[in-house]
Amino acid sequence: MTAASPPEVLRAPLVVEFPFTRSLGPVQSAFLTGLRERVVLGVKTADGKVMVPPVEYDPVTAEEIRELVEVGATGTVTTWAWNGSPRPGQPLGTPFAWVLVRLDGADTAILHALDAPGPEAVRTGMRVRIRWAGERTGAITDIACFEPHDAEATEQATPHDGQFADAVTGIVAAARLDYTYSPGRSQTAYINALADRRTVGERCPSCHKVYVPPRGACPTCGVATTDQVEVGPAGTVTTYCIVNIKAKNLDIEVPYVYAHIALDGADLALHGRIGGIPYDQVRMGLRVEPVWTEGGRHPDHYRPTGEPDADYDAYKELI
Amino acid sequence: MPTTSRYARDVAVVAFAQSDHRRRSDELSEVEMVMPVLHQVLDQTGLKAGEIGFTCSGSSDYLAGRAFSFTMTLDGVGAWPPISESHVEMDGAWALYEAWVKIQTGEADTALVYSYGKSSPGSVRDVLTRQLDPYYLAPLWPDSVALAALQAQALIDAGETDEAALAAIAARSRTAAEANPHAQLRGGAVEQGDYQVRPLRTGDCPPIGDGVAAVVLAAGDTARRLCARPAWITGIDHRIEAHGLGLRDLTDSPSTRIAAEHAGVFDAPVDTAELHAPFSSQEVVLRKALRLDGDDVAVNPSGGALAANPVMAAGLIRIGEAAARIHRGESDRAVAHATSGPCLQQNLVAVLEGEPA
Ligand SMILES: [Zn+2]
Repeated sequence: MTAASPPEVLRAPLVVEFPFTRSLGPVQSAFLTGLRERVVLGVKTADGKVMVPPVEYDPVTAEEIRELVEVGATGTVTTWAWNGSPRPGQPLGTPFAWVLVRLDGADTAILHALDAPGPEAVRTGMRVRIRWAGERTGAITDIACFEPHDAEATEQATPHDGQFADAVTGIVAAARLDYTYSPGRSQTAYINALADRRTVGERCPSCHKVYVPPRGACPTCGVATTDQVEVGPAGTVTTYCIVNIKAKNLDIEVPYVYAHIALDGADLALHGRIGGIPYDQVRMGLRVEPVWTEGGRHPDHYRPTGEPDADYDAYKELI
Repeated sequence: MPTTSRYARDVAVVAFAQSDHRRRSDELSEVEMVMPVLHQVLDQTGLKAGEIGFTCSGSSDYLAGRAFSFTMTLDGVGAWPPISESHVEMDGAWALYEAWVKIQTGEADTALVYSYGKSSPGSVRDVLTRQLDPYYLAPLWPDSVALAALQAQALIDAGETDEAALAAIAARSRTAAEANPHAQLRGGAVEQGDYQVRPLRTGDCPPIGDGVAAVVLAAGDTARRLCARPAWITGIDHRIEAHGLGLRDLTDSPSTRIAAEHAGVFDAPVDTAELHAPFSSQEVVLRKALRLDGDDVAVNPSGGALAANPVMAAGLIRIGEAAARIHRGESDRAVAHATSGPCLQQNLVAVLEGEPA
């Protein structure tokens, strides 16, 4: 059977959040520790160019560069862009200018925000200075932003040994991205059927295999699986394992059995927990059926049907 | 056979297909979005999926927030039992480069290259900040429009363009896209609108959308058998610049220029250029690097990325569009360009040629 009209698109929020812990090399460590101490460091390349923010290898020659120098906290805007609608995570919550600033004594520019009343107050070539964050941890955000500063450039880069007490050796870079997940045609049909406590797979029109859960395409034939087929509800344990480690946030007593179950009519086994039988009595060929709980959106687990075990030949292709 | 070939084997684009590019595609999973385009591109050659020597795809899991999403789209090529395939977490133009290398080694005679981007589930401006240097840039969340705007202002300060010229690029692109049924944004009446990040207005920015592209490559006589007029890749090269924006001259693209030299762009005139310039200001930079200063070259006759910008596919589409013009006899020598990273950081340039009739 094929659905007559496309079902309503399912949507759910999906949050991807990851705090990367990153170590710092000697140059980055000195630079970020310096920011914590309100000192801006750069590196000097073999041809005498001062790079701020510093890199550890010369982008032209690939030579390792370690010669640290201190530059000014004042500088000149080399280009800018007015951001009328700040986005989450950006340095300022009110409209600001993105700027590239060449700090006094440096030959390259650093990206940051400039706090200014409006775009008419910003121009390339304007003089600015660092506004330090009140609380500094050794991160690029120790620079809260830049602010306008009318003073001639005077400072030159001066040698610095890069030594600070309690040097920062790593950063934790937190990130969060928000998505709206929609599962697509095939999985929508599968999820909608589960709401009626039915398991519906899809048949490949070419090789006639029935995939559960359906993924929308037959990986052997490379064509859409369009014919919906109700399978189960009972099935056969094709293989299993005994879980002895309690998972975080999972309220299931260990040990328990996690199994591959080929539902009757399906050509692909799905995963499920086996209950209603001591864990050490679960076996290949065991016949099982789904157990639903009130309000559950998929079977909570599978339990023995009491039928005789399936013959090995009946499921060996599905292991 | 192209007379200018400098490579071990002559390789051509023999087919190109793409989806309609749309703001959303909620009703389709990624494989459901990709599969029809794979079937279309194979149908053009008469090849079946199992007859392809090598398959290479380009995509990014970050766009839709789905880990290993490319393994799911592999179902659409019939990847079981296992086929010879690979994937790049980049625009499909770089997947094409890998496939081209694979054919050069002699390990395959044909290749299927596809790429897709489903930006609609997330906020692509923010997602793209995650590709930036994690120490100095990513903690500030500078979005893709902001970085392009810094480049645009640098161009304006240097006297290389102004807002009116940028608006003209945007309008020309969307007018050209009227002839492109797959484009997301078309018509000369598309408004420039307000500033997104000044100096870039809405019209200077690419539309956000979902889409797919696919190409078939073939070598030598196989290419001739599969296509009446193959688009021979007579040169292809890609180069990258420093990551730090403050280390670069944002008004220039030396990586594009060097790639173009190695691809032989300047050895003879081109009649068509498909440039991957998601922002109007970036076309200014690319025209300079590729020496496209006159009106004698059709620049982005498809409408370019300003008309449809499925991230991870828009670069491959440039190669596909250039090749399709050669297939149709509308071009004899075309340059195709793809970019990756902020402010044109990395650039791929290919020269495509058709044999004289
Ligand atoms: Zn099949």
